[in-house]
Amino acid sequence: MEFIRKWLQVIFTFAVNGNWSFPFTRGIYQGPLKVICSPGLNCYSCPASTTYCPIGSLQNLIGGVRLAIENGQHFFGLSVLGGMGVLGGLFGRLICGWMCPFGFVQEMLHKISSKKVKIPRLLNYGKYGVLLVFVVLLPLFMVDDFGSGGPWFCKTLCPAGTLEAGLPLLLLQPHLRSTLGVLFVGKMMVLVLFMVWSVFSSRPFCRVMCPLGAFYGLFSRVRLVRMQLDKQRCTNCEACHAVCPMEVKFNENPNDPECITCMACMSKACKCNAIYVEIGGVPIHAGAKPVESSSADVAVRQGQEG
Amino acid sequence: MAKKTNRLYYKIRKSPIVVIGGAVLLWIAGVAAGEPERVWEQACQICLSCIGLG
Repeated sequence: MEFIRKWLQVIFTFAVNGNWSFPFTRGIYQGPLKVICSPGLNCYSCPASTTYCPIGSLQNLIGGVRLAIENGQHFFGLSVLGGMGVLGGLFGRLICGWMCPFGFVQEMLHKISSKKVKIPRLLNYGKYGVLLVFVVLLPLFMVDDFGSGGPWFCKTLCPAGTLEAGLPLLLLQPHLRSTLGVLFVGKMMVLVLFMVWSVFSSRPFCRVMCPLGAFYGLFSRVRLVRMQLDKQRCTNCEACHAVCPMEVKFNENPNDPECITCMACMSKACKCNAIYVEIGGVPIHAGAKPVESSSADVAVRQGQEG
Repeated sequence: MAKKTNRLYYKIRKSPIVVIGGAVLLWIAGVAAGEPERVWEQACQICLSCIGLG
């Protein structure tokens, strides 16, 4: 399962960054595919990007809402919000685990041999604050003389933008180097912080700061594809705790908003086949290892519990 | 026969369908307002402030 997931992460990373001619054109992709929403956090100013970043677009539309209304346009970010909602309703944070390029980068960094450190659970709430303040409130209320708000998250925090867009564009377009200032220094510090932190802790940006992860986390209870626990089979051995990259205690809360559905608990840890994937209430995979009961039994018991 | 009986016990969750349906309606409203064109225009320009430059 882990092998498949890794390959899908690679495929999605290259799929949303499919403009491989950028070293020659030295610009960004401007084709029709840019009306497609990237499921994961992927800066649309990245020279290779062929999709738009939902968080970047949402901030720009929220920031420009006053000007749009003045011009008789009704741009409230509904299409972006709707697109994110469809993805969240279908997959929730499964996207973080399987499709997000920046999550993939952090996972690769975490493979570097070092002492591993846990992240205090309290810090997980930080991303909800980032979503509310930097993506919604600041673009909406901190406006310039023309009534236009800025993309505050992208501008001040987003390390994906610095890594995927800022640094490559500085290399490709030397005239941009004259625009470097305090903002870029601050963003570089955020990038370095999370790159280094990723070596010691698993996916720190996803857990502490990512507004897209926070948004998808809101769908943890209602998403179509999710993992569930058969409480009758679970022995509370807590083996699932040890393998979870998000430090989720799956046997205590199967619908934890931090769960990225990487399925490590199901395929690597659980010896009792107590963890399974369900789609819309229908179990489709009752664990990797055979046990005496069949998957149909699990479904029947699930129905009786429900 | 037994297989048929088992199927009756699946509890289909309606909440994802409601949520996805609501999101589709939002998306349609945004598309009807012409947002994708605006999104495309934004996405096709290098947003210097977005990447901490400028």
